[in-house]
Amino acid sequence: MWVLCLLPAADLAWRAVRGGLTANPIEFITLRTGYWALVLLMATLAVTPLRRLTGYNRLARFRRPLGLFAFFYATLHFLTYISLDRFFDFRDIGDDILKRPYITVGFAAFLALVPLAVTSTQGWIRRLGRNWTRVHRLVYAAAALGVLHFYWKKSAKADISEPIIFAFVLAGLLLVRVLSRPSRRPRTSRQDGDV
Amino acid sequence: MHIGRPYDIPSSDITPERVYLDRRRFLRLGAAGALGAVVAPGTLGACTPSADTAEDGADPPQDELTPYRDVTTYNNFYEFGTSKEDPSRYAPRLLRTSPWSVVVDGHCARPGTWGLEDVIRPADIEDRVYRLRCVEGWSMVIPWRGFPLAGLLRLAEPTPRARYVEFRTLLDPEQMPMQKTRLLDWPYVEGLRMDEAMHPLTLIATGLYGRDLPAQNGAPLRLVVPWKYGFKSIKSIVGIRFVENQPQTTWMKSAPREYGFYANVNPTVDHPRWSQARERRIGEIRRRDTLMFNGYAEVAGLYTSMDLRRNF
Repeated sequence: MWVLCLLPAADLAWRAVRGGLTANPIEFITLRTGYWALVLLMATLAVTPLRRLTGYNRLARFRRPLGLFAFFYATLHFLTYISLDRFFDFRDIGDDILKRPYITVGFAAFLALVPLAVTSTQGWIRRLGRNWTRVHRLVYAAAALGVLHFYWKKSAKADISEPIIFAFVLAGLLLVRVLSRPSRRPRTSRQDGDV
Repeated sequence: MHIGRPYDIPSSDITPERVYLDRRRFLRLGAAGALGAVVAPGTLGACTPSADTAEDGADPPQDELTPYRDVTTYNNFYEFGTSKEDPSRYAPRLLRTSPWSVVVDGHCARPGTWGLEDVIRPADIEDRVYRLRCVEGWSMVIPWRGFPLAGLLRLAEPTPRARYVEFRTLLDPEQMPMQKTRLLDWPYVEGLRMDEAMHPLTLIATGLYGRDLPAQNGAPLRLVVPWKYGFKSIKSIVGIRFVENQPQTTWMKSAPREYGFYANVNPTVDHPRWSQARERRIGEIRRRDTLMFNGYAEVAGLYTSMDLRRNF
């Protein structure tokens, strides 16, 4: 799975070497990293529903690495914007975040992912105990904001098919989650955090 | 497609692209503004931005030609797909540019259906280097080949009721697959006010880099209006109509808040979702300042007494 998750990054690196990043490399890198961040975020959110539907509990071990890879691509996406795109012009970046709704929500989505990545270690899971689950509900916000970011970026450019697909996938995953909710169990057995 | 004299030169006489490029490079080394002035004397000389900035000692932004490969592989031509690579991938094998004809109608004394050979008059063909600024925030410098639109329009003898010109792209979902979807309201329609259309800078391009226009760049005939955002420069034109009222263009219909009829390049009027103050020149990393009217200050006279914030 590591290999699979690293493929998009490897593809970018390979293209960078042989000059295949199109005429506008910065835009290309930004689009690709953002796209894969969303795909992997969806994959992360698919683990629990799949596990419930199939009863194959070993799937759970994929959840953390998938989430971290989503964060990895989101970070690349964000860093590309900060460095290559805006050249550390923080006034410009501040303006963007305040004035451009699609950047505002994209930034918010990224911020929401940061605590999730930080608290993804065994140590933090133990330390936070039951609160870990609560903290990690932020992932829903991050996913929704991420899809909205993509939608607003594309809307009125007429080409909204991809964001719409993401929206449907996300809605579907949440629906499955709600419908397949396990019957109430005593609280003590829910330490694993059903995110 | 070989039409008329300028294309009839034996290939041995055509300057190889490498030499052509070297010549450009040599020209760039000359005084600021030389490039524009040499390419199109009288029409471009006054409009190079470098002339203004050079006076206060700042480094004038240089206009280097965007490489042929970038000009022909990084395109917005939604009829063939929405990614930048789609047009070069699909248009060359899907678009049939010959035979081709253009319907000229509306308020004019000589309407009709004109074949390419009627439209392209070899004696009028010239090469012109223009900056192209896309509304998305990137730009290129392209050596077009073509002729001023004004000459073509005069042939049709527009009547006084003709206040605008409306242009239409080919509608054929077999050749342009995205027209099977409802991405935009096909066919693509654009328009200019009569004085904009008659302005000497306004060009109908039939080629670039001294070659025939590649399909993905809007073969065989496209508009080039260098002081307006790129989407005004409609591709693969099959219809020119003289009309009384301001045409409703494709992007105005698609997103009226975001794309206006005039669409003049203007660093002080932002797109609702991003700033237009700067642009990324293809091939460069850092953004450069966007110039009013894309640096073609001589068109300012067309818009005196107009509020360009409202008429965006």
